[in-house]
Amino acid sequence: MTTDTAAPNAPILDQAITWMNQGRKVALATVIETWGSAPQPTGSQLLIDQDGNFEGSVSGGCVEGAVILEAADVIANGKSTVMEFGVADETAWEVGLACGGRIKIFVEPVTQ
Amino acid sequence: MKRTDIERLNQAVAVREPMALVTSLATGEQKLFGHPNAGEMASDIELNQTLIGAFSKDRSTLATIDGDEVFIKIYNPALRMIIIGAVHIAQALIPMARQLGYEPIVIDPRTAFASEERFAGVQRDTRWPDEALAEIGVDTRTAFIALTHDPKIDDPALTIALNASPFYIGALGGRRTNEKRVERLTAAGISADKLASINAPVGLDIGAMGAPEIAVSIIAQVTAALRGKLKPPPAKQAS
Repeated sequence: MTTDTAAPNAPILDQAITWMNQGRKVALATVIETWGSAPQPTGSQLLIDQDGNFEGSVSGGCVEGAVILEAADVIANGKSTVMEFGVADETAWEVGLACGGRIKIFVEPVTQ
Repeated sequence: MKRTDIERLNQAVAVREPMALVTSLATGEQKLFGHPNAGEMASDIELNQTLIGAFSKDRSTLATIDGDEVFIKIYNPALRMIIIGAVHIAQALIPMARQLGYEPIVIDPRTAFASEERFAGVQRDTRWPDEALAEIGVDTRTAFIALTHDPKIDDPALTIALNASPFYIGALGGRRTNEKRVERLTAAGISADKLASINAPVGLDIGAMGAPEIAVSIIAQVTAALRGKLKPPPAKQAS
């Protein structure tokens, strides 16, 4: 009996445990709301460590950079935060969400 | 997110138990909930309703519960496709099912059909379907497809599926085959309502020719059922 199909969502959480076991500090970013043609559906996740290494995706590459920067703060101060990106937002344009969608992302520390 | 919550989620995934993580956006506080229908009711009625909807749509969502904005992240078990009959169509269907995120399981007591050579790397079970299914289970995240054409194998398997709650049941066979099957299963005490839920002939009518195209028609119909877009089977026409 073999199977190579893991449950959806599980790999990123397994990865979180692996990273914590290696002594890395970890934050988790989750897409909590989307409007328009957002590239990744609600629930998509990105895992980030204190050095900016990451796994997963919240936007198909558009806003990951900004989320990773924010994650460093979240890891440092241990407090969760909500980020919002959209075409109406100058920052969003700068970080590249030019696809016309808007997304809201929850960034939280993963704690022992 | 707490490490203990991740570990609890991983346990749930392993035993196909649906879970939801509810996060308060204002405070970052989190709590895990099981499926309200599985007896683990949250104390808040509004939250229960929202959880039930999110589980069935398999969709994580924002919600306002008692004035508090929360994010509900759904962790449903992996999709599963149980195929009765290690036949040619099953060989074509399995790679497609995998691509769409299903965990395929093939059941066929005929060992020559369910051979490792024909189904390399696929979970196979060569017990009779009633015995195999008693152990594997048929839950709401399962698509169930009977392909043997042989009542000795298909009928007991369908009986179990009809008494469980898979989101899709399909069975190979034209209208006459299906009518005879309905007669046999009615005699075995299964209600007309339940029997009407069998998609037979299996698959969407796309004029499929040959196993790969039939597999496409099946996977399309299963997807429609999963996404709540499956039209009820056409009314029986006078022949």
